[in-house]
Order: sequence, then C-alpha cells, then structure tokens
Amino acid sequence: MSLIRVKGLIKTFVDGSKETRVLKGIDFEVEQGEYIAIMGRSGAGKSTFMYQISLLDEPTSGEIWLFGEDVHNMSANEATSFRLNELGYVFQDYALLPDLTAEENVALPLMMKGESKREAFNEARIALTRVGLGARTGNLPSQLSGGEQQRVSIARALAHKPKILFADEPTANLDNESSRSIMELFNEVHKSGQTIIMVTHEEEYSKLAGRIVKLDDGLIVSDEKVK
Amino acid sequence: MPNFVRIGFFLALRQIRRASKWTTLLITFVMTLTFLNLVVVSGILVGLIQGAVDANKMYYTSDIIISKLEKKDYIEQSPKVISIVKSFPEVAGMSARYIEGGRLEAGYKSKVKDTDTNEAASSFTGIDPVAEDSVTNLSKFIIEGEYLEPTDYDQVLVGAYLLKQYFPVESPGFSTLTDVSVGDKIRVTVGGLSREVTIKGIVKTKVDEISMRVFFNDWQLRELLKRTDYNVDEISIKLKPGADPILVRDGLIQAGVGAYARVQTFEDAQPKFLKDIKATFALLGNMISSIGLVVASITIFIVIFINAITRRKFIGIMKGIGISGKSIETSYVFQSTFYAVIGSAIGLAVLYGFLQPYITAHPINFPFSDGILVAPITETMLRILLLVVTTVIAGYIPARMIVRKNTLDSILGRN
Repeated sequence: MSLIRVKGLIKTFVDGSKETRVLKGIDFEVEQGEYIAIMGRSGAGKSTFMYQISLLDEPTSGEIWLFGEDVHNMSANEATSFRLNELGYVFQDYALLPDLTAEENVALPLMMKGESKREAFNEARIALTRVGLGARTGNLPSQLSGGEQQRVSIARALAHKPKILFADEPTANLDNESSRSIMELFNEVHKSGQTIIMVTHEEEYSKLAGRIVKLDDGLIVSDEKVK
Repeated sequence: MPNFVRIGFFLALRQIRRASKWTTLLITFVMTLTFLNLVVVSGILVGLIQGAVDANKMYYTSDIIISKLEKKDYIEQSPKVISIVKSFPEVAGMSARYIEGGRLEAGYKSKVKDTDTNEAASSFTGIDPVAEDSVTNLSKFIIEGEYLEPTDYDQVLVGAYLLKQYFPVESPGFSTLTDVSVGDKIRVTVGGLSREVTIKGIVKTKVDEISMRVFFNDWQLRELLKRTDYNVDEISIKLKPGADPILVRDGLIQAGVGAYARVQTFEDAQPKFLKDIKATFALLGNMISSIGLVVASITIFIVIFINAITRRKFIGIMKGIGISGKSIETSYVFQSTFYAVIGSAIGLAVLYGFLQPYITAHPINFPFSDGILVAPITETMLRILLLVVTTVIAGYIPARMIVRKNTLDSILGRN
C-alpha cells in the first residue's frame, strides 16, 4: 500500500474575480521509506503541492489518500490530530515558537499526544542530542543560530516518530555549511527508514534524495529515481 | 485533567513568563484599576449614605430609640418604661429627652420696630447632659463654647443650623438667628412662657435634626413645661458591644414598653429618604460597576486580540504541528484569567490594606455624612468572580477568532 496516493489534484486560488489555478491535475504516489525531492522553478506549485498532501491546506478538487485513508472529508480538528500523530514538518523559516525553549518546542507535540511532561522532555532531549544540540536544550530560539534553529525544527518533526517527514525548502535561509549539515542529517534520518518529502530548488541537495519530482506550471513534468 | 487544559496551561505559563515585563505590568495595572473602579466607586456611593445612616445612629438614635406613640403628647408611664429599659442587661446607657416646640428670639432689647424680628423656631430638648453624652457623645460636637453641666441654669446649647453664620440659607418659612454667638442672651418661648437664657455652646453634627435643636438641662425644661409626671418624649438606648438591637427591641416590646411607646432599632428609625437614597445609590453603584465591567472586558479583549493577532503565525504553526485549537484557546483563557486574578489580588491588597482603613480613619467630609468606603468582603468576592468570568469570555472570543482562521494562511501570513 502506498503511503500517499494522489489523483487529479487541482488547487485554484481565488482573488476577487481572478482565479489562478496553481495545480492542474496531479497524480502522484509515495512508497514507504522513499526520500523524494520536489523541484521546480519559482511559482511552479511545488510548495502548494506539498501543503495539499501534508494536510496543511485543502485542495480545490482531486483525491488524496494517506496511509490508505481518504482525507477528503476530514474536519479541521481531525486533520490537526492526523498531522500530530502521523506527519512531521520542517519549514523554511524554522517555525519555532519563540516563547518556548528548544526542548519545550520539541516536547510540545509529544505532550499533545498525551505523554507526561517528564517523558516528553526526556524524549525531547534525546531528539535534540540526536541533531547535535544536546547542550542547548534550554535556549530560546532567539539564542540559537539559523542552522541550530533548523535542527531544533527537525528534532521537533522527528521526535514523535512521524510516518512521513515533510520539509519545505529547509536550507533556503541557511549558509552553505549549515545547509550541508542539515542535508547530512536528512540523509542520516532517511537511512534509518524515515520517509521524507522535501521541496527544494537546490539541485545539489535534490541529488541526495532517491527520487526527484519536477513540477512546472502546476503539473509534474518529470519523476525520476536517482541512481 | 483534560489534555487540552494541560497544554493550555503549559503554553500560557510560558507566554506570561517570557512576555515583556512592562506589558505584563501595564495590563496588570489596568486590571487593578478596573477592579478598584468596580468596587471603590460603588463603595463610596453606598458609603456616603452609610455615613449618613451611621451618623443618624451615632448622634441621635443610638442602637434603639423609644418614642411617643402617634397622637400622644409624650411617652406615657415614662418612669416605668425607663425602669424596664434599665432592667435589660444589654443596655450600656440611655438618654431620656423632653422635647417641645418653641421659638427663639435675639436682639429683642435693641429692637426699634416691631418688624425688626430676629427669631427662629426650634425643638427644645431637655437632656441629662451626662447621660446624653454617654449615649451620643454630644459634648464632642460643641464647635463653640462649652457643653452643659448638670447644674447649669438658664444656659442652653444651640444647634448651629439655627444660626445664620452656620446656615446662611434664605428659605420661606424657615428663619435663623443673626448676629448671635456664645455668651449672648436670647429669649425662649415655650408653652406661652418666655424666659431669657444664655447661649453656653453651639452644637453641630451631621444630623440636621440635632443641629436644629436647643438643648436645656432636663430639669429646667421640665419646669418650663410644667411636666411634673416625668413623662419624656424619646429615649435613646446604647447597647453593650455585641448585643443585638433587634433582640433587645423585641424584648422591650414583650416587656410591655410597646403599650406606651414605639420601640425601634436604629435601622427601623432611619428616615425614609435615607433608605430610598441608599437603594438608589446602590443601583447607581451597580450601574457604574457594570460600565467598569464592560471597560474591563473591552480592555482584555483588545489585549488578547492584539496578542493573538501578532502571534497569528505561531498559532498557525502550533495548529500545523498538531496542537489542538482548544488547547491554544485555553492558553489565552488562562492568560486573561491570570491578568484578572493578579489585578484583583493587587486591588484587594490596595482596597483592604490601604483605601478602606484610610477612608475609615479620614472619612470624606460630606455635608450630611462622614462618607466611608463600604466594601463587604462577600460583595467584593462576587465582583471579583464577575470580573474573572467577564475577562475569561473577553479573552476567549478573540483567541477563538484567530484560532479558527485557516492554518496555512496563518503560517504564511496570508489574509
């Protein structure tokens, strides 16, 4: 069974009387353990595509099955709960909560899942150690560099063991050195069996993935396995 | 504890702890002022009237007042009534008074024309100065001259409102004496008899009825009135601390006093206008408090709305990573509750630690009362509860408005 199956996915934005069709009927499947890079020029619809399949947005039409479940009729609350239990996210701008320390940021979704505060914080510290931030668990995001913040974001996305990790341009705001280390981290995570779907416009990093999907003008124009 | 409450508390605690201290101080300050507005304004309004009620009790009725029955000229069998009163162990003191309407006249020796009148009408009150002072502390309200001695003959105390210099009001049917002060001789006319007396002192209290009387030694007024039966017109009774006026009133009535006189507690004897004004001011106080509540709710609404709107992106991120909307809304409810509780706690400390003791020690000087701050703890607690509930609702609504927005729009800052 595919982890993700998408059929005829269309997304149209309406601004007054103006309609812009960003995704024009995409068919797509993801298998367990894949590491997929979604590429395309600016405005090709790659981020919009990722938001639809990661339940952050609702498509205009088309079908999406996640782990065999049709997510079309999910309520907002059900989608939130689904994201908590099954999916992980890494955003371009790290998306950390500024009032929470690194370990609190990581522990929050674990607590939301019902873990006790002690368990959640223990697991958060383990996750942060795994991304090389074991010594900075008590720091607020404002006290961390961009690369460190992105590591916290990855630790948060992975701590609750999601079935799929979504990453939207995870290196876009980072310098070369930080970007490379983040990509190494993704590689490492993937080797442990994690399914990853990453939006990127950087050719170099897309080659680290096992499959490259290219979008142009709202359609998949190529879908190739990397040797 | 439901998980959304746990997460809400976790988030609220960290937001409050890491918020700007100045912002927290400002919001708390506003909530403290709102609380004080809620309690103090109505408390002063009610206290103004309560001051008048207290004054009426303190300077006139004391705890219980016995007065003549309707259509009777005095309290019949007064000696018997007085002995019944004295038999009650709760009674700490009593003052029996003779009262008769009469006229005062000044400047009669230098009068040139019959039309040069300098007269005033008054209630002549015969008192035992020592007994009266033990019940109403009348001697403390002598603003000029001296208090009566039991042996003073042809000497009187005159209420300040009978003298123009203290009560410069021109009113048809009401006149005051002009150019009269302590030591002057005036003529009193009662029951067709006139007598020249000397003003020994001038009395002024917050109770108009007292400030418009002329006080004689009881034995002299009794002589003037030719009241040889010793029947008095009213008796004020001061009870020992802790004694219940209602129980004593009922006891006196049961002991037979009710057959000769009307027995009332200080509350029963309150003038009707005081009761009416008290109710009106309480209503007015509640209306002002309601406005205070609306102001408080709008304040919190704005604070939480601005907080939530500026944190919309983070609210979106939280929803994005799976934090339920209910948890996020709860965190804002906790925050608004925090501000309301802290503001109220500081307000409570200011109210009971400073304002109320200060105003009790230095009452607000109104013409007809010593205004105090009335803030019973049960009513204050009720107002705190109201404030917290209003604040919680005012905090929840804007949080819900922001939380309900599309998750991705919030994350990306789209409208």
